[in-house]
Amino acid sequence: MKGSRQRRFRHDYCIQAGGHVSKPKLAIYWAASCGGCDIAILDIETKILDVADFFDLALWPCAADFKYKDVRALPDKSITLTLFNGAIRSSENFEIAQLLREKSVVLCAFGSCASDGCIPGLANLTTRQDIWDYVYLKSPSVDNPQGIMPQTLCQVPEGVITIPEMWNTVRPLTQVVDVDYIIPGCPPQSDKIAEVVGAVIDILKNGKPLPPKGTVLGAGEKTCCDECQRSKDVKKITKFIRPFEIVPDPNLCLIEQGIVCCGPATRSGCGAKCVSAGVPCRGCYGKPVNVRDQGAKMVSALASVIESKDPKEIENIIAAIPDPVGTFYRFSLPESMLRRAQV
Amino acid sequence: MSFEPKILSILCNWCSYTGADLAGTARMKYPPNVIGVRVMCSGRVDPGFVLDALRLGADGVLVCGCHPGDCHYVEGNYKCMRRIPLLKNLLQGLGIDPNRLRLEWVSASEGGRFQEVVTEFTEQIRALGPFKPQEWSFNPVETVAPHHERIAAKAVPA
Repeated sequence: MKGSRQRRFRHDYCIQAGGHVSKPKLAIYWAASCGGCDIAILDIETKILDVADFFDLALWPCAADFKYKDVRALPDKSITLTLFNGAIRSSENFEIAQLLREKSVVLCAFGSCASDGCIPGLANLTTRQDIWDYVYLKSPSVDNPQGIMPQTLCQVPEGVITIPEMWNTVRPLTQVVDVDYIIPGCPPQSDKIAEVVGAVIDILKNGKPLPPKGTVLGAGEKTCCDECQRSKDVKKITKFIRPFEIVPDPNLCLIEQGIVCCGPATRSGCGAKCVSAGVPCRGCYGKPVNVRDQGAKMVSALASVIESKDPKEIENIIAAIPDPVGTFYRFSLPESMLRRAQV
Repeated sequence: MSFEPKILSILCNWCSYTGADLAGTARMKYPPNVIGVRVMCSGRVDPGFVLDALRLGADGVLVCGCHPGDCHYVEGNYKCMRRIPLLKNLLQGLGIDPNRLRLEWVSASEGGRFQEVVTEFTEQIRALGPFKPQEWSFNPVETVAPHHERIAAKAVPA
């Protein structure tokens, strides 16, 4: 928002036609996601009562029965806040993303799927056709002798029914519509959601200025390592080990123990919960500030700690990382520099 | 028109850039496909630079640094030596031929070596063909029309 006035929520956003003052509207939508984000919202405990108290729900498919046509019938910009979780993977996801963009004053990419592509984004390592072939024909648990595949439309006695079309490439919400704010995490931590929700209510009640567009909310600016309580010394390793091969020392940095941990290339905000429990960081909060590609930064961070000056030995050490793409880009492949694999 | 590879070479300030300079001042001939970028040390080469170059249209990336043991910053080229193989694995995972990336040690006095490396690498990339990042841009064909409008145009299967 350089050079323009700071945006403020004005009171008339809360006034509907006819001068009737009503509560601001909130929409929570899921596209290609697992539902964990919705559960994380419900998980903010008593704060959820503030939400219910302060907002009118306009759409929340996970928790209440609304129809798309009701949302279509709303005037433009009548939903004050939309928390959109899930990646854009089908024509339906895209249509609803566009619809909610039109109807919302503030659209938040909520969670890693909407901001970075997350786990659904790993589909970008292959093609839609290959996924379908595996899921409907080749998977060992599938019994489909007639080779029936999904169709986007089907003739039934009552007429033609249609289902959405799946895309070949998964995209985060940020690549398909204009997004105001990003709340990262898979899912975003409930305490952070409660903070953000509290801040939003404060802004709406007191007419405070909004943060600049594009701000990442509910997360820090440094890396997960910054929050990690484990002691860090000089990082020097001679081999990588898988987490199940050892019982990790509870106080020492996991990378120093040879475990691949994505902390150095992951945004802080989660409180390093996985790492405290002895599980290496997998990178769900996305890339930190000033990093453009999480995978590339992981390559940089991880390779630098190898203690060897012999190219052959280095190659052998590196060979112990079985799937660098799936490990370093687990949550951010569609948001990486190359967006998807060459197939 | 035949394919002319576009190659980015990232050269370390202390050895390789001077080596390339020497190749020029000594009037050694090498293919004009290489665009040089000078960095202070091969240890400064962020793997992101390589991905960014590929994204922006380079067909290959050549990274040159001081010979092991000769780094102006003592350890920089070892860091590079460790990053490039892991980056190659990453490229492989992304379906990109790892031979599009090459690491070479070229000292300040090795103008001839630079000439050799560039000539060889250009031919290598020429053989691999052009690199096109897939669906980098927002593909309107996939997304513009709402799906029922598009499928209404198709025949209904019996």
